[in-house]
This record gives sequence, C-alpha cells and structure tokens, in this order.
Amino acid sequence: MPRQTPEQIATNRARYLELKAAASGRAPLVLPPPTPRDAAPPSADTVTLSETLPGGWYWTGIIRRGQVLRIANPAGTPGVSLLAWNLADTSERYNHADTIKIQWTAELRKGRVLFSDMGRVLLSIVEDSSGRHDTVVGGSTPASVARTYGADSGVRNARENFILAVGKHGLSQRDIPPCITFFAPVTVTAEGRFSFDAAGVTPGDFVSLRAEMDLILAISNTPHPLAPAVSPVPVELTIHSAPAAGPDDLCRTATAEAARGFVNTDAYLSA
Amino acid sequence: MTNSTFTPVLSNRDSATAIQDEMIQAEHPWSGIVRKGQVFRIIDSEGCQAVDTLFYSLADHTERYSAQDTVLAQGTPYIGPGSVLYSNRGNPLATVIADTSGSHDTSAGACSCESNTVRFGHQTKYMHACRENFLIAVSRHGMGKRDIVPNINFFMNVPIDPDGTLAIADGVSSGGDYVEMVAHQDLLCVISNCPQVNNPCNAFDPTPIRVLVWAD
Repeated sequence: MPRQTPEQIATNRARYLELKAAASGRAPLVLPPPTPRDAAPPSADTVTLSETLPGGWYWTGIIRRGQVLRIANPAGTPGVSLLAWNLADTSERYNHADTIKIQWTAELRKGRVLFSDMGRVLLSIVEDSSGRHDTVVGGSTPASVARTYGADSGVRNARENFILAVGKHGLSQRDIPPCITFFAPVTVTAEGRFSFDAAGVTPGDFVSLRAEMDLILAISNTPHPLAPAVSPVPVELTIHSAPAAGPDDLCRTATAEAARGFVNTDAYLSA
Repeated sequence: MTNSTFTPVLSNRDSATAIQDEMIQAEHPWSGIVRKGQVFRIIDSEGCQAVDTLFYSLADHTERYSAQDTVLAQGTPYIGPGSVLYSNRGNPLATVIADTSGSHDTSAGACSCESNTVRFGHQTKYMHACRENFLIAVSRHGMGKRDIVPNINFFMNVPIDPDGTLAIADGVSSGGDYVEMVAHQDLLCVISNCPQVNNPCNAFDPTPIRVLVWAD
C-alpha cells in the first residue's frame, strides 16, 4: 500500500486546519441568538397536528418536507428525545456522530442542522429558544431509569419508547441509532466529565425543526438520564406548514458544511 | 481531555501465546470472533492510526455496541482504562483492561464517502472510507447498512470542550501503543483500519495495525 507523500500530508493538513479555522471563526458570528419565547407562533390555519404528549410517553408519525415540528416545553420537563428516518428509505437515519463532527460542535442551536448517515440534512433548527440540547449522551434506558428512580419505579424510558415507536412502522431494534435529546443542558467539563445543568431547563422553551425531506419521526417525552429524578410532564407537539425556504435561508447558508449538506439533499430529492 | 494526566495500564501478556495474531493492513476492514473471557488487543503498530471498531453479540447481532449507553454509564465521552463497553440492551460487551495511550473517542463515529463530501468538499467523494469497510465486513455476517452504528475510535483524539466545540485533534499514540479488552460475552468484532487522509486521525497517512486474541 503506497504511503502518502510528505507533500500530500502537508496539503491535507493545511486544508483541515483551514476548514477548522473557518468553522470556528464564522459560525458563531453568523448564528443568531436564541428565539424569544413568544416568537414565531404557528398560525392555526397552517397546523396539521396538535398533540399533547404526556410525560413518559412517545409519539411517532410522518412529517413532510417543508413542514415544521414545534416541540414546546411549557412546564420544563428535562429532556425530549428524538429520532428521524427517511420515509422513502428507512436505512437512512439521524446520525448523531456525523451531526456533531461535521458541524465541529456538540452544541446545536438555531441555525444548525441534523444530518443523516448519508451526508444529507434531515432537519433544520429554524427556531430555538433554548439552545441547551444533548447530542452525545442520548435518552434514558432501562438501566438509567433503575439507577435514577429505583428498579421497580415503572418510569418509562426512551430506549423502550423508541422500540415501540419503530415497531409501528415495521422497523425493529436494528433501526434505533443514538438519539438527540432536546431541553437537556449537558456539557463536558474541563475534566472530561458530563455535567447536567438542571437550572438550564426552563419552562416555556421550544424548538422548531423543519423537515428537509419526508421523514418518520419518533419522539420520547422522557427525562434525560442525567437529569435529577423528576416526574416527566407533558410537552406540546405541533406540526405546521411554513413558507418554502429560499436560497438565502439561514440554515442553508450559515456554514459551509450545511451548505454542502443541502447540495446533497437537493440532489437526492431532484433525482 | 489532556493526555498529560494519563497513566498507562500495561499488560504482561506475551504475543507468542496468542491464539489469533493478525496484521490488518492500512485502510483495510477486518472481522473476527472473540469468545467470552478471551482477551482482545489492538496494537497501533506505527502510531497515530485511528481504529474504528464495532462489537456485536455473536448470538444475536441485533444486540450491538452502543456509544450512548457506554458514555452514559461512564459519565465521560472518552474510552480509557476500566471503561466498560455496553450494548444497546444495557449489557456489558467488554472491559478495557490495559491501555498505553488514552484518548480514545466514541462520539465522532466513522468517516463515510457521504459525510466526507460535507466535511471536506465534494472532491473527496471518491475516497475510501470507514463505512465502506464496515459494510463489506458486516455483509459477511448477514448484516447491512442498518446495522452499522456509531463506533469506538481507538487511538483517535476528539476532545469535547465545555462550550461543545469538537474537532479531531492530532493523535497521541505512538508506535506499539495498545489497548486490551476482556470480552463478557461471545462477540463479533468488526474493524475498519481507518483510511481517512483528510483529518489528523491517522496523521494523514494510514498505517497497519495488529490484532491479538488470548484464550484468557
């Protein structure tokens, strides 16, 4: 196997450092501040789904390209987990590793996007009053619930909710990848440990996700596994139509990485 | 995570007594079986070579490595000495019992032709990538793309900062560094010896690795 030449190594290192510098310099300047809590309410005539998801329960359904899912957290439940699959080919699904690696950050907020395993954008974060979401640790599991609430608590968990959700679409445990959990302020400390900032979970926050292709969604309203032991409370799910995203759409243009992801998505959808 | 605080944990196993001993050439895939109680070592032969690794329960491939179960149980995103690697059913698959390098990643997943186009530009589409290796390897065991989940990247340095910033940093492993695990159930192990040359995960120059298995 031929090795890379010193010139190739130097060229590739220079390009990597250039991309890294561009991402770390540009994105924080371009990305907007959090959405005000009272901003961007969907008008009633555009709403196609309005659902109260009880604490502990899951919801699954289909969202079409261009529609927006709004997850509102009126009472401050600490964590709502989400997964998404391409409706036309469910082997394409949310990829948490690509999402953070491609965007050079585990901090997702307004202007960022969620990537599939195929280098395409599944969902764009078009509004977000919170900005405190967990992309690394994921949702609760039977083991995490037992640790937090006790072995016989009966508290529901994200892992089993997702098994139920995918089952309704003829899918199985093989189709459940790592998830994203909204309203879960998880950071990695300088010592390399996870930290959950319970004070960062604030009642009234919401996040709005625009589907960039037709998707199956699964949502689990279960507390983040690092959250203090609390009883989960309802969240409000709304799916509404929105104006078509133009070429200057924030989520398309904020970063070079997102722009290239949309090139892939657009090419796939127009094929 | 800085490596300055890392304390190596050594193994005294002798390669001459291993029951499997294989070189995996630069950029190549590999799969093999490690039985319950057996010890599995990956050697970074020349240093700075990311080794993308997945484990599946041999008895039921729907039980497989879970990055999120693993980091949740440990309280840290990094793999190191003492780390227990968990499955998507919450069962321990293996425990790291020796490690001379530290700074192993399990948050950043594996490169793919598709993600490379987004990360590095569309001119990188036709370059060999880890998920191509994984797909070839798992296809031999009746699995497909649905079964490829985010993996462990041994010897890959991906610090996550308190503000969320994350990038693949220069590797810290030297030639001969190794990580050693004991299996808690019969496992199918799948490796892509990462072919990526667009980031520092293997110093922009993929090199061979060596895999050893001992009966205990």
